[in-house]
Amino acid sequence: MSDPHDTNLRKAESEFVTFTAADQSFCLDIMQIREIRRWTPVTILPHAPVEVLGVMNLRGAVIPIFDLAAGFGLGRTEADERNVIIVAKVEHQTVGLLVQSVSEILSVPSEKIQSTPDVKSDTTKQSIPEVISLDEGMTRVVDLQFVAKVVSKVAA
Amino acid sequence: MTIKVLAIDDSRTIRDLLRISIEDAGFDFECAEDGVLGCEKFDETEPDVVITDINMPNMDGFGVIDTIRGSKGNRHVPILVLTTESGEDLKSRARNAGATGWIVKPFDDQALVSVLKRVTGFAA
Amino acid sequence: MSSLNSIRDTFFEECEDLLEALTEGLANMADGSADDETVNAVFRAVHSIKGGAGAFGLEQLVSFAHSFETVLDKIRNNTLEPSPEVLRVLQRSGDILVDIVDAARGDEELDSPAVGSTLDELGEILGEAPKSASPEPEAEFSFQPMTIDVETEDDPLAAFSPTPVDVPNGETVGFEVSFKPHWGLYANGHDPSLLIVALSQLGDIEVELDDRDLPEFENLAEEAAHLSWSIRLTTQESETVLHEVFEFVEGLCDLTINPILGESPLPTDLAADVEDEVHDQPETAETVPSETKLVQPEPTTPLKEKEKSDPKKSSGPRPTLRVDLDRVDRLINTVGELIINQAMISQRISGEGLDGSGELSNDLEDYKLLAREIQEAVMAIRAQPVKPLFQRMSRIVRESADATQKQAKLEVIGEATEVDKTVIERLADPLTHMIRNAVDHGLESTETRISNGKPETGTITLTAAHRSGNVIIEVADDGGGLNREKVLDIALRKELVKPDVELSESEIDNLLFMPGFSTVEKVSNLSGRGVGMDVVKNSVNALGGRVSINSTPGQGTKFTIVLPLTLAVMDGMVVSVAGQTMVVPLSAMLETIRPNSDDLYELGTDRQLLSVRGRYIPVVDIADKLGLLRQQADETSQIYLLVETENSDQCALGVDQIYDQRQVVIKSLDSNYRSIPGVSAATILGDGQIALILDTDAVATMQNVAGAANRLPEPVMEM
Repeated sequence: MSDPHDTNLRKAESEFVTFTAADQSFCLDIMQIREIRRWTPVTILPHAPVEVLGVMNLRGAVIPIFDLAAGFGLGRTEADERNVIIVAKVEHQTVGLLVQSVSEILSVPSEKIQSTPDVKSDTTKQSIPEVISLDEGMTRVVDLQFVAKVVSKVAA
Repeated sequence: MTIKVLAIDDSRTIRDLLRISIEDAGFDFECAEDGVLGCEKFDETEPDVVITDINMPNMDGFGVIDTIRGSKGNRHVPILVLTTESGEDLKSRARNAGATGWIVKPFDDQALVSVLKRVTGFAA
Repeated sequence: MSSLNSIRDTFFEECEDLLEALTEGLANMADGSADDETVNAVFRAVHSIKGGAGAFGLEQLVSFAHSFETVLDKIRNNTLEPSPEVLRVLQRSGDILVDIVDAARGDEELDSPAVGSTLDELGEILGEAPKSASPEPEAEFSFQPMTIDVETEDDPLAAFSPTPVDVPNGETVGFEVSFKPHWGLYANGHDPSLLIVALSQLGDIEVELDDRDLPEFENLAEEAAHLSWSIRLTTQESETVLHEVFEFVEGLCDLTINPILGESPLPTDLAADVEDEVHDQPETAETVPSETKLVQPEPTTPLKEKEKSDPKKSSGPRPTLRVDLDRVDRLINTVGELIINQAMISQRISGEGLDGSGELSNDLEDYKLLAREIQEAVMAIRAQPVKPLFQRMSRIVRESADATQKQAKLEVIGEATEVDKTVIERLADPLTHMIRNAVDHGLESTETRISNGKPETGTITLTAAHRSGNVIIEVADDGGGLNREKVLDIALRKELVKPDVELSESEIDNLLFMPGFSTVEKVSNLSGRGVGMDVVKNSVNALGGRVSINSTPGQGTKFTIVLPLTLAVMDGMVVSVAGQTMVVPLSAMLETIRPNSDDLYELGTDRQLLSVRGRYIPVVDIADKLGLLRQQADETSQIYLLVETENSDQCALGVDQIYDQRQVVIKSLDSNYRSIPGVSAATILGDGQIALILDTDAVATMQNVAGAANRLPEPVMEM
C-alpha cells in the first residue's frame, strides 16, 4: 500500500482541507475528498462498531458514515446543525466522515509537514502519520487507512 | 479503383484476421458468417473476389461456390477456398467444385494478399 | 500489436462459444440424440478452434485439435463407428481441449499427462480405422509435385520445344511453357492473362497465342475453350516457382514446362512472331469473362428468398450484439435510480395532497409501469441460460465417477432457464462441489447398487426452473440417501450438537451445512479441497438464496437451491422494527399475523411461542437479534410475519408496524461497507432514506447478540 504522503511523490506544495473533530484540528489531502455534505439522519446498522453511525444515501449509493472523533477514541460527536459529512474515497470504498465543521483549504509547502513524533500508540502514528504546524497551532494529517480497516473488516 | 473482397467464415476470429490483412492491403472488405448469408452478401455487394471457409453451418463452402457459379454472370468472379488442409484431395475437390484457388490456414498477410492479387490481377 | 491482441481476445471469446457447442454436441452424441448435423457442428467447433489457434501460433492447441478433428471427421464420413469407447475418448478429448484453451489463454501449454494419454487414445482410434484417409498437417502453401501433362504428341505446340527434356547438366536459363486452358479453367474464375502476367514477373517473356482452333463467331460454343499459348520465359527462377503460378489451374489445362538450357540457341524465328498484347487475348478471343460483366446478377436462389421472407425461421443464429458488461450494469443502476425517483415523486405528490387528481395519478401509474417495463427489459439483458453452466457439470460427473470408480451419468432438465449472469458465475463453484458430493457421497458403489437391484449407473439430475419469482436449482442423486445415524454420530463426535438434544430428521439432514462438518471419514480423491457444504450454503446465501436438503433412504438425496431471479430488485414488505424501517423479502414470507394476547406463550425465560392454528411457532425478536434498542415493549401491538426458514421450519418475526409491500432496488452493503449478519442488503426508499433488507434465515438462526451496539472502541488517541 503506497502512502499517499510519500515524500518522494509529493509536490512542493500540497492542498489540505482542515476540519474540526472533538475540538481538535485535523486535515485531509484534498485529493481524497469527493464532496462535503450537510448532515442528514442515517440508517442505523446492526452490529456496527460505535464509530460507524450508520449508512446514508449518496445519490443512490449506500455509504457508511464514520464518526472520526469516535474513531480516534475521543468520544462520539455531539449532534449539531453545523456538523458536516466529508465524503472521501478510501481504497475502493466511499465513506462519509462525520466531523464538527470544516474550516478551510490550506496550501502547505512540503517542508512544513513533519512526520508525527514517536508516540506510545502505534495506531495513532498510523492514523495520523504527519502533522502540520500552523500559526494558530497544529493540524493533524489523517491517513484514512484505519477507517478502511474498521469499515471493511469482517463483522464478528 | 480498389478491389472488394467478400470473406465468408463462421469464425469471428478468422473474419477479423482477414479483415485486418485485407484492409491493410488497401482492399475493401465485406464479410458474412455462413454460406447462406455469404451468398446474400455476394448479391448485395458484388465483390471482385470471394474467400470462403469450407466447414460452415447452413451452407458450406462448396455450396457457396455452387450458388455463385450457378449464376452465369458470376463465373468470372474468383473464389478462394479457406482451408486448414493442403492435401491433393482437398485441392482437387475445390477445383472440381469450381474454386479458383485456395488459402491455407494459418495464412500470413503477404501470402494472402499475393494470392488475392494473383487471381484478380490487381496491381500486378 | 493491439489489433492482433484484440483478435486474440475475440478468439478466446469465440472459443468459449465453440466449446459450449462442442460439449453439447458430444453430450448429444453420447446419449444417442445426435444427428448428422450434430456431428458436423462438433467437427466445425474443433475445426474452428484449430483454425484460429493456428493464427496465433498456439501449437499445442493446433495439434490436439487436429487429432481430435481427424477422428470426428471419420465419424462424420461414416468411416468410423462412434462406439461407446470412442465416445468416451471424444468426451475426454473435449475436456482436455477446454483445459488447453484455458492454458493457451494465459500463453501457456497444458502440462498434464492427460494430454499425451488422450492423444494416444485418439491415435489408437485412428490406427484402427483405415489409415489412408488420415491427413497429415502440412506446411503452409506446401506444393505437391505436380503431374505435368507430357502427352505432347497431340499438342500442336510441341514442335516449339527445341530442347529435349532429358539433356543433362546444362544450365537452365529459362522455360518453354505450353498452356492450353480447358473450359473448366474459365469456369473456375481464372483468367489466362493473369497467369501470363504472373509469369512475366519472373523474367523476360515471349508469348504466342495459338487461335487455330477458334471457330467462326456463329459457331462459338458457350462452354468451350479454344485458345492456347506458347510462352518462352527467360528467368533465374526454378521450375517450382513456375508450377506455383499454375498451382490453382492444375488439371484445368494442358501444361508443359520444359527447361531451356544455356547452350541452346534461341529460336529467334518464333520469337519474332509474337506480337499480340497478352492482356487482350482473353477478351478478344474467349468471350466469357468480359461479356458476363455486363450481365446483371441473377435473382436470389430459392434458399435465400426463404431467408428474407421469414427471418424468424432463419436457420442461422439470431443476430446478437456483444456489449461491455459495465455498460449494462450502468444502465441497470440508472434504471434502479429511476425506480427510486418514481417512488419519491409518488410519495411527494401524495404528501402534497395532490393524488386526488385523477389525471395526475393516472400519469403517475403509467410512469411506474413504464419504469418497471424498462427495468425488466434491462434485467433481461443480463439473463443467460444456465446451459453452459450445466454443461460444465457433466464433466464434473465424469471426473468424479472416474475418481471414485463409480458409474454415473448426468441428466439435465431446464437448461434453457435464464438466470442473471452474475448468479450463474457465482453458482459454478457451489454447484461443482454439490455435484462432486453427489457422486462421491450420494451414489453407492457399483456393487452395492447391483446388490440393491438398482441400475449400475447412478444418475445425477440437475434441474433448473423458474418458480414463483425464484430460480430453483436442484441437484438430485439416486443413491442411498443420507445415513442419518452416521450424520448424527459425526455431529456428536465433532461436538456440533449437544448429546441430549432430540433432532428431527430434517434437523439432522441440515447438520450437513454446519461449519466443520464433513462426512468423509477417509480422505477420498475428491475431497481434500477444503470445501464443505457450509461453504456451499454461504455462497448461495451471499446470492440472496437458500439451500435445503431432502433425503429419502434408499432413493437418494436432493439439494434445492432457491435463488432470487435477479440481484437487482426484489419484492419486499416494508416494516418498522425498533424505530428503523426495514424490508422483509416477500419470498420468505408465508403470512402476517396480528395475534391476540392469549396466542403468545412464554417458554422458559427468554423464548416465546406463537400459536398459529394450533401449531406453536417460535417467535424471533428481530430487534434483539440485531442489537437494536427497542422503543416499545408491548408484544400484543406487534405484528408477526410468519416466515419459512431454509430447513422448512417456520418462525414468527415480530415487527412494530407494516407500511406497504413494494418492489425495492437492492443495494449492496459490501461495496462501501461490509456484510452484516442478519442483513442481506439495503435499499433506498421513496423518501431517500436507506432501509436494510432482512436476511430472514440468518435472523431466525442467529444467536442473540445483546449489546453489540454498545461496545466501545479501544481509545487510540493519546495526543
